[in-house]
Amino acid sequence: MMKSITTVIALAAAVLLAGCAGFPTTAGKVSQATPAAPELDIQSWHTDQGAKVLFVPSAALPMLDIRLVMDAGSARDGELPGLAALTSALIGEGAEGLSVDQIARGFEDRGARFSTGSYQDMGVISLRTLSRPRWRDDAVDLLARVIGTPTFPEGGLDRVRTSTLQSLRMEQQVPGPQVSKAFQSTLFGDHPYAHPQSGTLASLPGIDPQDLKDFYQRYYASGNAVIALVGDISRQRAEAIAAQLSSALPRGDAAPDLPRAERLTERVTEHLTFPSNQTHILIGNQSTWRGNPDHVPLYVGNYILGGGGFASLLTQKVREEKGYVYGVSSYFKPMAAGGPFMLQLQTANDNADQALDLSMRIVRDFIENGPTQAQLDGAKANILGSRALATADNSDIIGQLGAIGFYDLPLDYLQRFNRQVEAVTVEDIRAAFRRALDADRLAIVSIGPRAPAKPGSSESSQPLSSPQQPADGE
Amino acid sequence: MKALLIVLGLSLIALNARADLPTHEYQLDNGLKVLVREDHRAPVITVMVWFKAGSIDEAPYETGLAHVLEHMMFKGSKRLGAGEFSRLVARFGGSDNAFTSYDFTAYFQQYEASRLPLALELEAERLKNLKIDDQAFARELQVVMEERRQRTDDKPTALAWEKFQAVARPGTGYAHPIIGWRDQLAQLQPQQARSWYQRFYVPGNATLVIAGDVTPEQVRPLVNEFFADLPRGETPPRPETTLNPPPGERRMTLRLPVRVPALYMSYNVPSLTTADQQQAFYALTMLGGVLDGGVSARMETRLVRGQRLAAGIGAGYDGLQRGNGTFRITAAPNPDVSLDELEAAVKAEIRKIAEQPPSAAEMDRVRAGVLAEQIYQRDSVMGQAMELGTLSVLGLDWRLAAQFDENLEAVTPEQVQQAARTWLVAERSAVAHVIPEGEQ
Repeated sequence: MMKSITTVIALAAAVLLAGCAGFPTTAGKVSQATPAAPELDIQSWHTDQGAKVLFVPSAALPMLDIRLVMDAGSARDGELPGLAALTSALIGEGAEGLSVDQIARGFEDRGARFSTGSYQDMGVISLRTLSRPRWRDDAVDLLARVIGTPTFPEGGLDRVRTSTLQSLRMEQQVPGPQVSKAFQSTLFGDHPYAHPQSGTLASLPGIDPQDLKDFYQRYYASGNAVIALVGDISRQRAEAIAAQLSSALPRGDAAPDLPRAERLTERVTEHLTFPSNQTHILIGNQSTWRGNPDHVPLYVGNYILGGGGFASLLTQKVREEKGYVYGVSSYFKPMAAGGPFMLQLQTANDNADQALDLSMRIVRDFIENGPTQAQLDGAKANILGSRALATADNSDIIGQLGAIGFYDLPLDYLQRFNRQVEAVTVEDIRAAFRRALDADRLAIVSIGPRAPAKPGSSESSQPLSSPQQPADGE
Repeated sequence: MKALLIVLGLSLIALNARADLPTHEYQLDNGLKVLVREDHRAPVITVMVWFKAGSIDEAPYETGLAHVLEHMMFKGSKRLGAGEFSRLVARFGGSDNAFTSYDFTAYFQQYEASRLPLALELEAERLKNLKIDDQAFARELQVVMEERRQRTDDKPTALAWEKFQAVARPGTGYAHPIIGWRDQLAQLQPQQARSWYQRFYVPGNATLVIAGDVTPEQVRPLVNEFFADLPRGETPPRPETTLNPPPGERRMTLRLPVRVPALYMSYNVPSLTTADQQQAFYALTMLGGVLDGGVSARMETRLVRGQRLAAGIGAGYDGLQRGNGTFRITAAPNPDVSLDELEAAVKAEIRKIAEQPPSAAEMDRVRAGVLAEQIYQRDSVMGQAMELGTLSVLGLDWRLAAQFDENLEAVTPEQVQQAARTWLVAERSAVAHVIPEGEQ
């Protein structure tokens, strides 16, 4: 269950600045209300087989979400790009005494939803089921069989591989995936984060069923697993389910840490020639990691720079003022062994030079000068005022639990995060950005009919135009 | 018999789960319809306003206008500068956006629950006082052109789909893309956007949906304060859509810069609003479920796994529309499988259902999925607001959602068979083969 905290936060002052005189008339009154910020009451324990369990009971709906998160992402592919993704896709394709058709019917007859996913750090197995025992117990038993005795049948592998290869060919029809892969490869060089998660046309044919079995045995081991549960079950039932699932998994320990990714030490530019109507541009560098003490100032700063949608500097200047783009945004993506900063935009080919130059100037200016106090107040008001939205749904909560468990974050991580957001200053953000990013060492990777002009000296010598400020001072 | 019990059990759960979520409906004197869904599980709210005005309402010379106007709703009003709406929402911890579809345009704001008065005041402001500045319009049109390049022009399958829809839904507002034909979009003028706003953004053409941690007692005075003084206004007359006669068999070949060919098939079928008998809608829904309601359904089991003809396939019935519905199939073949072969295999599956009714086990599985989904959908306040708004713009009672499972339970396997025989026929079909440029 959730409980509310009554911490009063300094939102009201920031919020009163809004709008033109007298409008919105409700702003003052609404600002006086402290936005509710339900706190997740996370219960945690370890199973006998070493899996870490996180559980949030929620009786509001007769349903249950279960998620297993393994340190089994594409960073563990080794010499076989695509191995983690194929292994993940083959879970549910066969178990001892069960064909793929029987497994599929077994879940769907009960209205249960089973899925797997593979990311750079994580391999994820999810089940959503009704929580009444007569539906739930069958679905959980089936899940235990699926993860306990996967067969990785040759026929299933051939089929999934063929369809993955077709998807890779389809990706060559469009600019976005190609430029993303080039960016990832440019940033991470020979680090395990460098290669495409779904593998390549060249690597996939070299993977056989034994590779999948070995990968599963090693990385889907109970000691390498986090089990998250949210829904209408008791603690006792949660313990029983976690024990059942973790004892089904192969025995084994946590995977060893990956080496920390290193930064590019000079500007790298790369262009892919492609006959598209838009030029896609990605800008960034390796810049962070899970556990980075600068995480909060970088997060809040990036909200202002390019993470805050219509409230962000990039959207205001590159989209709203210039009309160069439909989409422009930036983010930090902290992962276990590194994490990029990435700014991405798509613009008509004729505007590519200007859009790149303007975006680079905005980033450079932000690294050098940081945000204004008004911008920071706005960012805090948004982040702290939206806490209730971040844990409203069971699907939100299961995602939070997976990340907290996987990255070994404290159970009160969300509360700590919010306290740090409250405390962060303009200077903290400026200093953190300077530590994380150097505008002269950002990679620029693009795709389109021709390469955009390199943002050379003009990028730094031209002052950033500062049009009329909106009334709320951003 | 056991399967039947399972289904009944599931439906009871669904009904129980819904019973504790009060929904309130009323109308202001100016015609604005208000729907309030109480869900006190978490202290959050979603406020949406829905207009029965989408791209199907566009004349042939103004395609893309409904969507461009949606963008302009964020570009300033009497008391808010351009972009200020969204900045205020963000400042109060909310998020906002909008979407334009064939049938409607909808705007949403999501917040922590205490922000309700602000959400309503902001929404009312742009509904009363929108300002469409010529320069702002010209700049936003550029943004929308970028959106079109990104979503359609640089995606050959999206381009193919756009061309296919023009043939698949002839003589209807669904034949042109929501984002508009490229050349027309580029030439839209600000006065057209103002005219659209005046024509369709009136209370009698709108539904305000408020879902989440609210009570009707909280909502009523606020809605009155901000929306009751809106003038009633008038929408242009729009004809009721009725069931069309079959348009005739259509086939097309599209050569585009694709690396993998694609098969598109679409049948012109009734929707919930145009069907002579609503039973047709429920039978077609079951037919969609039997063919592709999950990985255990026929298309996946037989064409993807069994015969291994398709790398991917999707089939389904789109029957919640203001106009007539479609039953569509899209598929990507495996290497060395021709589109003719794939098309023949899809048609063979349709023929099998036309010849023999689906099994009771298949019917039960489809229903189990639908019933469970009704519970899962309640996990999201936004999802609930979407359901209420969708039914409202279709002119349907929101209570229909609660009867959905009962109506599906009433469908017999023979009715599913009959639906395939009646509706999935050549003279109602359009088929496109999308092939790489330069190939035969």
